[in-house]
Parts: sequence; C-alpha cells; structure tokens
Amino acid sequence: MEAIAFYALSAVVLLSALCVILARNPVHSVLFLILAFFTSSGLLVLIGAEFLAMLLVVVYVGAVAVLFLFVVMMLEIDFVALKQGILDYWVIGSIVAFVFFAEIAMVAGALGAERSDTFDPKPGAATNVEAIGQVMYTQYLLLFQVAGIILLIAMIGAIVLTLRHRPGVKRQSVSKQTGRTREEAVELKDVRPGQGI
Amino acid sequence: MELTLAHYLSLSAALFTVGVFGIFVNRKNIIVILMAIELMLLSVNINLVAFSAFNGNIIGQVFAMLVLTVAAAEAAVGLAILVVYFRNRGDIAVENVDLMRG
Repeated sequence: MEAIAFYALSAVVLLSALCVILARNPVHSVLFLILAFFTSSGLLVLIGAEFLAMLLVVVYVGAVAVLFLFVVMMLEIDFVALKQGILDYWVIGSIVAFVFFAEIAMVAGALGAERSDTFDPKPGAATNVEAIGQVMYTQYLLLFQVAGIILLIAMIGAIVLTLRHRPGVKRQSVSKQTGRTREEAVELKDVRPGQGI
Repeated sequence: MELTLAHYLSLSAALFTVGVFGIFVNRKNIIVILMAIELMLLSVNINLVAFSAFNGNIIGQVFAMLVLTVAAAEAAVGLAILVVYFRNRGDIAVENVDLMRG
C-alpha cells in the first residue's frame, strides 16, 4: 500500500517537474510547480515527517509559488520569443542530466540498500513536531535565530531593490501636520460684500 | 514490498536531474530557471528528510527547514532583482545580462 502511494506520488512529482521546465506558458509552469510541491509534501507525510510536509505547503505553495505567480503576471513579457531556441541545448543538457542522475543513483543504490532498518521519523518523542522542537529550540537555537536573520535580510533586500521614489507624489507628513500652529494655518480676512478676495 | 532509503534517494536524484535539465533547456527564461532552482532545493529537502527518517535522527529535518528558509529568501531576492532588471531594460532575456562586462 505504501509502495503504491510512493510510486503514484513520485510519478506525479516527476511529471509535474518536467511540465514546469517544458511548459510554454510560465503561468502553467508555476501551477505545475505548486502541484510538485503539494505531491512532495504528500511524500513527506508518507515518510512520517508531518511538520516539514505542512511547512512545505505553507512556505512553498503559500509564499514562494504565489510570489512567482505575482512576478510572472506583473511583468509584461513576450513569452513566445523567450521560448524560441528552447531545444538548442537539449542534447548537452540531456547528457549532463543523464550522467548526473547515473552518478547519484549509483550512490543511492549502494547507500540505501543497507541502512533502512532503523526507520524512525520521530526519535524519542511522541510526535514529529515534538521531536523537532526538542532539538530546534535547544541545540540549534543559534541556527534558528540565524534563519530568522536571513529572512529579515532577504525582506529588507527585496524592499530596497524594488523601492522607487517617484518625484511629484504627495505624501502625508505627520510631523508637519501636527507641528502646525493656529497662526500659520488660519488666516482671517475681512471680505467686503460684493467683492472677492 | 517495503519502501527503502534507496527509493527516496532515487526520486530525489531524478528530481534534481530534472532541475539541472531545466536550467540547460530554458536558457533564456530566467523565471523558469529560478523555478528549476526551487525544484533542485526541493529534491535536496527530500534527500535530507529521507536520511533523517531512515536513520532515526531528527537533525536532518531541522536542516531541511533551514534549507527551506534559504530557498524562500533566495526566491524573494531573485525575483526582486528580476523586477528591477525588467524595469531598467524592458525585457528579461538572460543573454543580454552581460552587457556591462568590461
């Protein structure tokens, strides 16, 4: 049963990954990317890593893929021109990919056959989340903080990169507003009847 | 038939290979290149989690979370650079990026 689920999910992951890189429309690419993330989170549930599976859905599907979708739809690009010459490099790409896959698969086959006896996705704890939390907030607290700082720097960097100061845009200045006195803000005029100011 | 570590490692290798192939094939479209990088990071995550679960050691999942963090940061900054580049040049063709070489 587990093996059937594994093969079905991994087939969906690989096919949608192929569709990501071969789709004509980048919006379709992003949607296939979302499908790949969803199914691989299913794979992580299958292996027992529930927390990371949920994190994958929240972070990748909820943030990264939606960011991609925003950018793809925001930029006005001639995607047909980008697709031209897509098959120029497929020969060398296939060769490199095949050699790479063969190398990793040989290592995986040699390594994976003997080590599958101590399967335990949540060592020493009741749940997977508990097991992660026990080490993440004690042993790896520094790494956790560094991860937060990396996210902060990425956020600031993205804002700094894309911020644009346009001249001629009226903005609210609170200190200027509250710093006004009655003398400079209100002016009394004595207007005679029948005449303008 | 029982699932072994080799199953997950083979899947992860295949996914990484698809990512590498995507970078080779889509040399013009930088958005798809970024998506291929995300696919490669996903395969790295699957690899880490598989080793973590099949060896009974939770630390791999902690590291997978850190990889996830870096992937999110990289996507944000990469797309921001892409937006700035598009704003300056009006297209995102990768082969024109080296215009400023000395």
